[in-house]
Amino acid sequence: MSVEVWTYLLVGLSFAGYIYIGYMNRVKDTKGFYVAGQGVPAIANGAATAADWMSAASFISMAGIIAFLGYDGAIYLMGWTGGYVLLALLLAPYLRKFGQYTVPDFVGDRYYSQTARAIAALAAVFISFTYVAGQMRGVGIVFSRYLQVEIWLGVVIGMIIVAFFAVLGGMKGITWTQVAQYAVLILAYLVPAFALAFIITGIPVPQLALTFGDIIPRLEGLQTELGFSSYINSNRAMIDVLAITIALMAGTAGLPHVIVRFYTVPSVRAARYSAGWALLFIALLYTTAPSLAAFAKLNLIETLNGVSADAVQTAPELSWARSWETTGLLTFEDKNGDGAYIMAADDTNEVTIDRDIIVLATPEVAGLAAPIIAIVAAGGLAAALSTASGLLLVISSSLSHDIYYRLLKPTASESERLIVGRLVIFGAILVAGYFGINPPGFVAEVVAFAFGLAAASFFPLILLGIFDKRTNNTGAVAGMIVGLVFTTIMIVGQRSVQLLGTPEPMIGPFMGITAQGIGTVGMILNFVIAFVVSRATEAPPQEIQDMVESVRIPRGAGAASSH
Amino acid sequence: MEDKSRYEGYWKANIRLIMILLAIWAFVSYVCGILLAPMLNNITLGQIPLGFWFAQQGSMITFVILIFVYAKLMDGIDKEYDVNE
Repeated sequence: MSVEVWTYLLVGLSFAGYIYIGYMNRVKDTKGFYVAGQGVPAIANGAATAADWMSAASFISMAGIIAFLGYDGAIYLMGWTGGYVLLALLLAPYLRKFGQYTVPDFVGDRYYSQTARAIAALAAVFISFTYVAGQMRGVGIVFSRYLQVEIWLGVVIGMIIVAFFAVLGGMKGITWTQVAQYAVLILAYLVPAFALAFIITGIPVPQLALTFGDIIPRLEGLQTELGFSSYINSNRAMIDVLAITIALMAGTAGLPHVIVRFYTVPSVRAARYSAGWALLFIALLYTTAPSLAAFAKLNLIETLNGVSADAVQTAPELSWARSWETTGLLTFEDKNGDGAYIMAADDTNEVTIDRDIIVLATPEVAGLAAPIIAIVAAGGLAAALSTASGLLLVISSSLSHDIYYRLLKPTASESERLIVGRLVIFGAILVAGYFGINPPGFVAEVVAFAFGLAAASFFPLILLGIFDKRTNNTGAVAGMIVGLVFTTIMIVGQRSVQLLGTPEPMIGPFMGITAQGIGTVGMILNFVIAFVVSRATEAPPQEIQDMVESVRIPRGAGAASSH
Repeated sequence: MEDKSRYEGYWKANIRLIMILLAIWAFVSYVCGILLAPMLNNITLGQIPLGFWFAQQGSMITFVILIFVYAKLMDGIDKEYDVNE
């Protein structure tokens, strides 16, 4: 069977599976809809969290980014995993004890302020929409490349699938579908990586092949020979690498769609183990990515550098190069007219490789079998759909639970709230689909913004709420405003060329720290101001201090959730 | 009143464990993976420079272990102070 038939088969089967799981897990009450009835076992929640976290970008672009950045790719590897340690030790167990349904629930109750609740809900909606547009786009791209359908049609098919299990099953449907999606995406990532590691080094485990094979010395030698920057040393200022890593870690721990997953487990103990499982499942992919990156880069350079123009046009083993050339993601240009293509760091370079090719093309480059190539498409779709559905649930819960029920109509009945939740999630799918078909040009800029925002707002706010009883309403609001305003001004100023269309950036790097890492400074400002202002003003009311005491003690998490 | 001192002891034990584990967390990532990486790159592990290994492999493996160690040790601390579920 051809790759295309295999792709239709595997994508079709996985989609049928998601629909079946979604139907089996339809819900009847808001507790099921928002927090899956708090009955998800730790290991299943770990798999769901991993699928929720790893987006189309993690699956498709991560290895490509590392292949091009070399050592500096570590900012994403450490930044997007280190945050789970913060989550497991500092946030998840206590938020689970607190119970309730959402992050704004905690912010609003702990800081006894409806304003804080509303700001938190709007920030959650903003961060989630930023992300979800990119996911729907990813669905469209995978469809168009592998199944030759238009991007808009791919997005619409993705919307219908997500709508089916998210509207019917809410968090419960989403969680169990994500568990299945994790299995598909990790299989799709590991199978080609294991095959490739074995072909190149004779060691089948990618992590061991990277460390004990000779890939890195060979790659570093080639990079130097061709005049590319070093693969094993940093090419950025150390303070910037440090700030970006910290911002991504704190941002990860503060993202509402990640935090809310820990409300779905039955106990505090389960929340701790669940974070461990989540990171283990994520690390399976993230520790494989550097190996895949190095293998693919070496493979591409060795295959393509100095290749004759004739071979690219006719050689059967280079048919993949011709099919990627038609997508425009791989381009050849014989500038010096010698009939061969050479790779170089300067503008004599004749081969241009888009980083998104690394994961998608490598199985073909290495000549792997058709079913293995086809499963990569199913994996990319699983990654995009699982992340999109988690984000859509946060948007729905923020608007229907935090804003509609908690702020506007506290008298709403259970069935009324469930209907509103379903309507909002359906509406959010339509909006996300629209942005997937007509993507705003600055998605990449806005994602840096989402992490900076989460690091400078949610992370300090929740951390102080648990660990510092003395932090009061005034301190929290002051800290949040300063953190958010500083981070926003710095990001917009440094990225004004892309965001506002100015000819030059309005603000240069702040003490050597660029826009991606500026959330770290915003976070420190937030901590300092919240701490100082709280101590200069009145202590929080006794019942709030008692509540903080109670979230610190694991016993009674089951009872706490039923109010 | 007895509950109160028991809860305080529990919270102190928890904070102490968190501090120790976060020190390891910061050491493998910020210190070995970033600050000392250029120096550690003079040493090789298998076939790759040690600083690079910490940044792209070692820190992530340590993170996973840290969370499970925390969960496991907290099981004991929860029981010791009788606050388990």
